[in-house]
Amino acid sequence: MSATINSFQQRIDRADNAAELARAGRREQWGLVALVLPAAAFVVALMVIPLVWLFWQSITDQSGALTLMNYVRIFTEEGTLATFQRTFVASLMVTAICVVLGYPVAFLAAVSKPRTATIIMVLVLIPFWTSVLVRTYAWLVLLQRTGLVNQFLTWAGVVEAPLALVHNLTGSVIGMVHIMLPFVILTLYSSLTQIPADFGRAAASLGARPGRVFRTVIFPLSLPGLVAGSVFVFVLSLGFYITPELLGGGRTVMVSMLVQRNIDLYFQFGSASAVAFVLLAATLLILWLADRVVPLGKILADR
Amino acid sequence: MILLERFHRVAIASTVALILLFLTVPVLIIFPVSFGDSASLRFPPPGWSVRWYQAFLGSRQWLAAASTSFEIATLTMLIAVPIGTAASYGLMTCRMANARYAYVLLMTPMIVPIIIIGVGVFAVFSKMGLVGSMWALVLAHVLLAIPYVLLTVGAGLRSFDMNQEMAARSLGVNRAKAFVTITLPQIRTSVFVAAVFSFLSSLDEVVVALFIARGETTTLTREMFMSIREQVDPTIAAVSSILVSMTVLLAALAYASQQRSARRAQGA
Repeated sequence: MSATINSFQQRIDRADNAAELARAGRREQWGLVALVLPAAAFVVALMVIPLVWLFWQSITDQSGALTLMNYVRIFTEEGTLATFQRTFVASLMVTAICVVLGYPVAFLAAVSKPRTATIIMVLVLIPFWTSVLVRTYAWLVLLQRTGLVNQFLTWAGVVEAPLALVHNLTGSVIGMVHIMLPFVILTLYSSLTQIPADFGRAAASLGARPGRVFRTVIFPLSLPGLVAGSVFVFVLSLGFYITPELLGGGRTVMVSMLVQRNIDLYFQFGSASAVAFVLLAATLLILWLADRVVPLGKILADR
Repeated sequence: MILLERFHRVAIASTVALILLFLTVPVLIIFPVSFGDSASLRFPPPGWSVRWYQAFLGSRQWLAAASTSFEIATLTMLIAVPIGTAASYGLMTCRMANARYAYVLLMTPMIVPIIIIGVGVFAVFSKMGLVGSMWALVLAHVLLAIPYVLLTVGAGLRSFDMNQEMAARSLGVNRAKAFVTITLPQIRTSVFVAAVFSFLSSLDEVVVALFIARGETTTLTREMFMSIREQVDPTIAAVSSILVSMTVLLAALAYASQQRSARRAQGA
């Protein structure tokens, strides 16, 4: 008799324990969620809500009626459309130049002894850490009519009169390449150093000469890093403001400047937002497409 | 190591030397320009002087902007590091399926083009009449710093063995105490690097400051941007030189401590 009561009591205890454990587990999980809340509050209050409000502004007119006018205008107004095209072309140029200049640097760092590799990477990291504004200013000094670059070119006899290297698209592209190049090098370097050295040796032991080893083994294996780095730089270039504004001299207008001018000069939240949302949509679309080809998040987090 | 023929090595090395020159010369050039004695930006300058440093130190406007920037960067760091670390810890240890989405949400300030974030915070703060207030800038900079903190502290937590915390809790301390006494000391490098990055990211931020800083709260970067656009004297070169020396020093410190702890982790 007492044994039955005991086992009955035990069963109640066990049920109580299980319920208590589950409750404690839930409490703990909610405690952990609470830790995330302050940061989430920042993002929601200062980014999500403003973006929703801006989107609402872009699809309504002064009277509050729904309209697609702001978006139609982007694709019909010649200046706006040309700005989008210019930004796209400039970003493509910047990305292509960064890949061409960045690959040899990352490659040499990856094949060098640790000491040489460290020196190369420090020389890449110093500009990377330097303020974008400072670097842009430096290019303004270097590229002006009496600047070092023009002095060198005329001294070397390459050109007769100083070239207009700044306050135009050339200046913007040079400055943007300088800002973006370290990103490409750092991403490429990490993906090159992750290729096991045995792969190259195996190919060589089978008779491949170094050029062929590179073409058939190393380069294909570095492609994910190359794609991730390029996409990253392309997307950053699309929305870049500071450098094109200062080196373009206000004449070569980019999408970001269109947004800025619509707010600062004309206080037009509607058209600024429409431009901003087309830019945001393009950015997210490119990142999403690229992420289907290579795992962007993983590659960039590894860097 | 990948094999290379000698000829290839020489060809690549000389190309790379040129590219590295392209990367570093613009950073180095501001130092001689800042010590030049002529108001034109000629290079090399006709003579040397420290007049642009004197101009910076003698200008109430520049000094005020510098101290505003430091104040904002310090406050940003003091807010962003604790809430970012808390969020990172919460996301890492939480077993909920939706934690992944929360992580993506917290990383978005890094993905959305800064010009759009600038317009967004301008819209919010101008509605609240807070354009030109220092706290508006601090809050916006915290928003931008959260992804950095999440990235660095997240990396620290991933390489930390959570079972140690479990062991401490099984011996009777609560979760908070276990975190402070066991976890935090072991991820301190990541937290330090996160602090440096959030400080520097605020100090360096231009676009949001252009939208919402006014008059009294003009930051160093806003002042620099305006002065570059108006092409005034090389005081900006002196300011830049000071800023670069400081940033590179701080960043190198953070990088070195990160490398050291990575080596320690490998050795262990």
